[in-house]
Amino acid sequence: MNGRKGTLIFWGVASLILFCLVVIGLFVEEAATVTDFSRTNLPPSLQYPFGTDWMGRDMFQRTLAGLSLSIRIGLLTAAVSAAVAFVLGLCAATLGSRVDACISWCIDWVMGIPHILLVMLISIACGRGFTGVVVGVALSHWTSLARLVRGEILQLRQAPYMLAAEKLGVSRLKQAGRHVMPHVLPQFITGLVLLFPHAILHEASVTFLGFGLSSEQPAIGVILSESMRYLTTGKWWLALFPGLSLVFVVVLFSLLGDGLRRWLDPASAHR
Amino acid sequence: MRHRLRFFLRKLLRMILLLLGVSAITFALMCASPLDPLQTNVGQVALGSMSQEQVEKLEAYWGVNTPPAERYMGWLSGVARGDFGMSLLYRQPVLTIIGQRLGNSVWVLGFAWLFSGALGLLLGVLAGVYRGRLPDRCIRWYCLLISSTPAFWLALLLLLVFSVWLGWLPIGLSVPVGMETSAVSFLDRVRHAVLPALTLSITGVANIAMHTREKMIDVLESDAILFAKARGESGISIILRHGLRNVALPAITLQFASISEIIGGSVLAEQVFSYPGLGQAAVTAGLGSDLPLLLGITVITAAIVFMGNLAADLLYGVVDPRIRRGRAKS
Repeated sequence: MNGRKGTLIFWGVASLILFCLVVIGLFVEEAATVTDFSRTNLPPSLQYPFGTDWMGRDMFQRTLAGLSLSIRIGLLTAAVSAAVAFVLGLCAATLGSRVDACISWCIDWVMGIPHILLVMLISIACGRGFTGVVVGVALSHWTSLARLVRGEILQLRQAPYMLAAEKLGVSRLKQAGRHVMPHVLPQFITGLVLLFPHAILHEASVTFLGFGLSSEQPAIGVILSESMRYLTTGKWWLALFPGLSLVFVVVLFSLLGDGLRRWLDPASAHR
Repeated sequence: MRHRLRFFLRKLLRMILLLLGVSAITFALMCASPLDPLQTNVGQVALGSMSQEQVEKLEAYWGVNTPPAERYMGWLSGVARGDFGMSLLYRQPVLTIIGQRLGNSVWVLGFAWLFSGALGLLLGVLAGVYRGRLPDRCIRWYCLLISSTPAFWLALLLLLVFSVWLGWLPIGLSVPVGMETSAVSFLDRVRHAVLPALTLSITGVANIAMHTREKMIDVLESDAILFAKARGESGISIILRHGLRNVALPAITLQFASISEIIGGSVLAEQVFSYPGLGQAAVTAGLGSDLPLLLGITVITAAIVFMGNLAADLLYGVVDPRIRRGRAKS
């Protein structure tokens, strides 16, 4: 078995795990909010692997529901961010130097405000809650990918075969479809997958600070910010397991992105 | 020299334009918010029991009925005179609060920035040199794990281990509770700043290490290195004389670009440790719709970030003789 096959198998397994997480999380969403005061503050046991909180909610189910919500928000925001990045990168590279300068300025502008602060501000503008987080994360993560797309297309336009195609009178649409797309698309898809980890982490962070999902929703950020109040009394399981599972999901996404990058890079096929 | 001056002035002008843009977008976003500052700060019940006059007074205080454009121009003319306005929540000049908070944060930020930069560079170089072998694998896994860990959860874990479990370090704030300011020793302050600084240092390493590693691998594959090896130069000498010099430039870029990330991380870390720094003030101002304070913090942090970029641009010329000469010619 070579590296490429291994990567493919890993991709299959990892996406299956993530898919199952999303589906299971959807099913336990109801059960996750059930309170039962006969079982409050139980440490982890076989029956409740992640323990229970002060309202007797099963932390395992809450975590599953939270992860599912996080992954769904991550998918949505990363897709929107990537679309914005692609359009702006394309415009900057093809519509002349004025547009390019303008878009570059915008990128610097957005990058000048620390990420968390920017997501906070946009979330406030949208009245916090679900809309706040989604719009905030979606509108603040496009900058680096837009730069990548712009640089890639600018470089391609100077490539000899592109110049030759232009001189031979190949239409711009055909140039774009035949020569630019096959080159930029893999990079773009990899960039898209690598956006998920950032999106998920920022969603959790902003929710943790109180600018994101409301406290009724089962979100990892909410769980962790609630756990802060109980840490000093020794309820370590409230913070440890939900955070650990979030790290697990994010690592899976990062590995997916890395695997994809290696798989799509023809130069590394022999490794 | 004239070229360098012109380069500097052009960058400075761009920075001022960007800062104007940052303040405008912050202002616009806060004004677009459907959240009513009166309801969030005074509360629905208290508001209902007030007379019309009192409500009007409060509305005037929070500037609810003034048109946004007018408020922004008012703020801007104030800033031109060096006055960032009054914080609505703290009832103190914004600059006083920022000065105080920045004074608390700057040591934590500075330490984390320098430490994570140095450690990141070291790990990156090591990983690049030992590419594919055990040290490289360990460092790569460490970076993957750290960049996948939310900063606030890491802060929670550190709090759990060092403050709750082992009881070595205090749980929060920047000084011991119930102590007079004059009685607080330097050591007390350090003890309270250790965990926030540690959190930021740990998280800051990953990005710098990974990028330095890539660059180091590129450099080590170059012809110059092959030639040096053929001349019989030893491994360490190659790394010091050829590797580090080439890695220095991207390392400077990364180091100064990481300022923004560290400030972002400090918002989370300070919230967990209830450390009264700039980041915590930003969260308080955001939750309480304190427009002047949040505006001030955003503009000041953006200024720090842009200043960092400017410093990186200027340092290129110092580090790389090619850039120095290239600019003098053109």
